Amino acid sequence: MRWLHALEKILSRAAGKKEVRAGEIVNAKVDLAEVNDLYLQVISSFCEMGGTKVWDPEKVAFVLDHYAPAPSIKSAANQKKMREFVWEQGIPHLFDINAGVCHQVMPEAGLVWPGMLLVATDSHTTTHGAFGAFGTGVGATDLATILISGELWFRVPEVIKIRLEGELQPGTMAKDVVLYLISELGTDGAVYKAIEYTGPTVAAMSVAERMVICNMAVEMGAKTSYIRPDKKTLVYIKKHSKRDPVVFDTDPAYQYSDYHSFDVSNLEPQVALPHSVDKSVPISAAPAVKANQCFIGTCTGGRVEDFAIAAKILAGKRIHSQTRLVVIPASQQVLLECMKLGYIQSLIEAGATISTPGCGPCLGAHEGVLAPGEVCVSASNRNFPGRMGSTEASIYLTSPATVAATALAGVLTDPRAVL
Amino acid sequence: MQKTIKGKAHVFGPNIDTDQIYPGRYLELTRPEDIAAHALEGADPNFMRGMAPGDIVVSERNFGCGSSREHAAIALKHAQVGAVVAESFARIFFRNAINLGVPLMVVPGIASKVFPGDELEVDLAEGKVQNLTKKEMYRGEQLADHVLEILAHGGIKPIFRKRLSREL
Repeated sequence: MRWLHALEKILSRAAGKKEVRAGEIVNAKVDLAEVNDLYLQVISSFCEMGGTKVWDPEKVAFVLDHYAPAPSIKSAANQKKMREFVWEQGIPHLFDINAGVCHQVMPEAGLVWPGMLLVATDSHTTTHGAFGAFGTGVGATDLATILISGELWFRVPEVIKIRLEGELQPGTMAKDVVLYLISELGTDGAVYKAIEYTGPTVAAMSVAERMVICNMAVEMGAKTSYIRPDKKTLVYIKKHSKRDPVVFDTDPAYQYSDYHSFDVSNLEPQVALPHSVDKSVPISAAPAVKANQCFIGTCTGGRVEDFAIAAKILAGKRIHSQTRLVVIPASQQVLLECMKLGYIQSLIEAGATISTPGCGPCLGAHEGVLAPGEVCVSASNRNFPGRMGSTEASIYLTSPATVAATALAGVLTDPRAVL
Repeated sequence: MQKTIKGKAHVFGPNIDTDQIYPGRYLELTRPEDIAAHALEGADPNFMRGMAPGDIVVSERNFGCGSSREHAAIALKHAQVGAVVAESFARIFFRNAINLGVPLMVVPGIASKVFPGDELEVDLAEGKVQNLTKKEMYRGEQLADHVLEILAHGGIKPIFRKRLSREL
């Protein structure tokens, strides 16, 4: 008998096979296929291939998040065509411009559950490993083939195990942990592989914190990520979904392709310097750059806990007169919760610019793009050249706490100094 | 699928992400010819002016990392890039390119051996690249059979079209 990883068991179930092994190519049935509004090409490819009817409308979701609300006539026209397709096909799960970022909206809507195979037109679909799901990103044409057939070919991935131990210091967040891991493993450290996170630090993390470290697994090239569901996961699932979760266990003697162990108890807040996500340094070694814009939001840094710490740092104070702070909650539910808790009030009073839930300026489409020569300190996930606007702008990636501290001082600042 | 692809080399560094292959500010474009006009603009704003159909993009490791945007592969396809040869590829870009019929090959160490403008001949079936200028041969990794089959059909779309027309 061969020892299997939980991810292999998920793929085995989805492929209708007794077992699958790393390196093997299998056709697997997809439990949920999600399309966002960058991907009108999905519908074009669907039609070009002769598709007429989506295989199972219940298993399809469309989320209009990248251009929410539409900033241009062209993006408005693309969204219009997507809505028409959704209505025509009888797809029940349309999250329009009033919903938020897909990776926050889908779990909140109960569409994500342990043991599922989730494929979306977004590289950050690795986020859903936080729920014990096999989540992976694809392009438009791959997604269109799923809409037609309900299946997709997969290469069964090897799994890298990352064990984290130690208690995080106040002011150090899950984002700092994952930036550190990316700097250790490199941007191609896990290409075509899966990353499993385990250990006491992970067990102590909230569901939202786990989503952060799974979200950025793709920045190491990972195909998917995984955290074994525990009580916290199941409480979340029970609250949001009607499904009975199935937790697959990794066999005890399963052979990981690689194993890393890190003690994060002395970890400082991290800063990924321009223009690569793996260029992280401890904040004490980072240059005190002047920040023209500070940004808290996205599928990485736009959850309630992120605004809680930002509000804690900024409440009753005022951001520096020569910077601006853009705040975009990841979803409508996050926004409502933050309003109830008074965070939005505190942030507005401190001088923040609030936009409605969505991806915002993370991908340089709207709501705070950068001018040539500008510096942005951002809680988002990518600092590639031109990612948030001008290729001559610079993006420093940090935790939401560091962004808030930076907004206060106007220069890159260690949040531990202001907490 | 052409047996061999011949063209001039354009050489890039490591981690050419899909924002550099196709900047986010153009993501709302949908016509392939409009998309192609911005191919590799974030890495080399003059790329489209200097390239001829059939030219070969050569890169260091992790070509195509980052966003899943298929625009990156569409841009290279409709810019008529002959093939992309890199030391390694990011997964989603790799799938997108194969699906659209853009030939790819992994060739260890190639970016340090090829100079911009070298005449290359890529042989997908044999898994090798000839540098006609320098008279060198580089051994690459052969693509998996099912990937070669998708490329042989010109991408996944013709395969699905055939499959659906049979089902009708």
